[in-house]
Amino acid sequence: MSEPLLSVRGIHTYYGDSYVLQGVSLELQEGRIVAILGRNGMGKTTLIRSVAGLTPPREGEVLFKGRSLRGLPPYAIAQLGMANVPQGRRIFGSLTVRENLLLPTSALAGGRPAQAREGRKRWDLDAVLQEFPQLAERIAHSGGALSGGEQQMLAVGRALMANPDLILMDEPSEGLAPRLVQQVEAIMKSLRAHGHAILLVEQNFALAVSVADSIHVLSSGRFVFQGTPAELARDSEILDHHLGVAGSQTA
Amino acid sequence: MPGGGALPPGTSFPQHLALTMMTGAILQAINGVSLAALLFLLASGFTLTFGLMRVVNMAHGAYYLLGGYVGLSTVRATGSFALAIAAGGAAIVLLGYLVDRFLIRRTGENHLAQVLLTVGVAFVIGDIALKIWGGDSLKVHVPELLRGPMELPGGLVYPAYRFVLIFFSIVVGVLLWVLYRKTQIGAVVRAGVDDREQVSATGINVDRLFVIVSALASFLAGMSGVVGGAFLMLYPGAEWEILVYALVVVIVGGLGSLEGAMIGALIVGLLDAYGRWLLPEFSYFVLFAPMALLLLVRPRGLFGKDI
Repeated sequence: MSEPLLSVRGIHTYYGDSYVLQGVSLELQEGRIVAILGRNGMGKTTLIRSVAGLTPPREGEVLFKGRSLRGLPPYAIAQLGMANVPQGRRIFGSLTVRENLLLPTSALAGGRPAQAREGRKRWDLDAVLQEFPQLAERIAHSGGALSGGEQQMLAVGRALMANPDLILMDEPSEGLAPRLVQQVEAIMKSLRAHGHAILLVEQNFALAVSVADSIHVLSSGRFVFQGTPAELARDSEILDHHLGVAGSQTA
Repeated sequence: MPGGGALPPGTSFPQHLALTMMTGAILQAINGVSLAALLFLLASGFTLTFGLMRVVNMAHGAYYLLGGYVGLSTVRATGSFALAIAAGGAAIVLLGYLVDRFLIRRTGENHLAQVLLTVGVAFVIGDIALKIWGGDSLKVHVPELLRGPMELPGGLVYPAYRFVLIFFSIVVGVLLWVLYRKTQIGAVVRAGVDDREQVSATGINVDRLFVIVSALASFLAGMSGVVGGAFLMLYPGAEWEILVYALVVVIVGGLGSLEGAMIGALIVGLLDAYGRWLLPEFSYFVLFAPMALLLLVRPRGLFGKDI
């Protein structure tokens, strides 16, 4: 196996005083999707925040493209080729759709290779609007005026504008109608086809199983399962105790 | 300062009174708008730095006064008013950077510490200024061209400088608005006001953005001291008087909003002028009572967002 794109090595992360991640490790290869499943409050978001440098781990290490992220501020980590689609979308409401999309191309976000890796699609405003025609229609609207589904597309589009190697996605299906969840699923498959790796955090079992190459189940700050979606579907013990889906695939 | 109008002979007393009131009302409107022009220059930087960095910098008034004094000395040395504006602004950019970098940054997100620290900084600046420029009221010398009395329709006479100030402030306001609303760096600043953390997760160095915005705010403060010192005078204590006004502007307009600073400055300028004219004993009351009422109904101010 080649060197992983992202390698999380035994991280322990605290959120304020609470000890959230208690020794978590995972690897993510280029162009793959790894999903983290778990109930609320198990540390999923903290894991994403640890990787992005927003809540750096106290112990352990995160390597991205073989480089340790220890001590790097979030903007420097992002400039290495990591983008995030955060929980709740966090669209900039004072900015238009166009301004939201162009933000990662600002000179202040400089130092980033404008070119995508070889063989991968290069994203710019036109390419993103072609991928998400709904955004093109609302290009001059304020980000705050969009519907939940449109905001999700905008959050993904904003991440793509940075031409990242890795996209962190925190519960992209949250608060979306089933039809839109299907759309999110299609978007993720398309991103993978375009060569982007995704670290996905989800509560939606069906979505995670459908898109991920491998799945980790997080419970009380530790992984209690790692394997393929097919293996997880067979593991009724994990499904019952840690996901509460009782073997059914209709989370 | 403002001159009165000459009355045509043979006017009856009620007519006379009505005319006097009219003239007064117009003069006070100009007074109010010119104060508003100055307050906008000062408060726009204050509100943007607060909105973006969540830093309460009570030294802003002292920046104003010191900028004014530097401008005053520059005019004395070179005779150039334009150079004085540039020098007053530039001096405060340098000072503001040092205060941010070495003092305010240590306070993190602790607003109480910021207030105490920057009040202390303001006292130090005030004392140093007293040592250098003394305790007298000083006026920044304005070139002849901008100074003379101007005759308005209806026989009113008014110092031309006030109109220059209003015009200048409108130009600065339009430039700031274009910068804030229509450019990419403006979009980054607005994004930073919305959600600082997400901006940094987008790959933007928020610290560098702070330095840029803070330099702009410092320049505006120092520059307002020069243009303000040309009609309000500079003296020890002026920094606190102007700070109170600027704070009311920012609170009424809504923290972090440029449009709010414009409207807030107009409201405060006009309330102050008419308050002093009609209810001289209660002029502070006229200023603060509406602010308190507004805050009861709209705690974020007219254009502010929830913080």
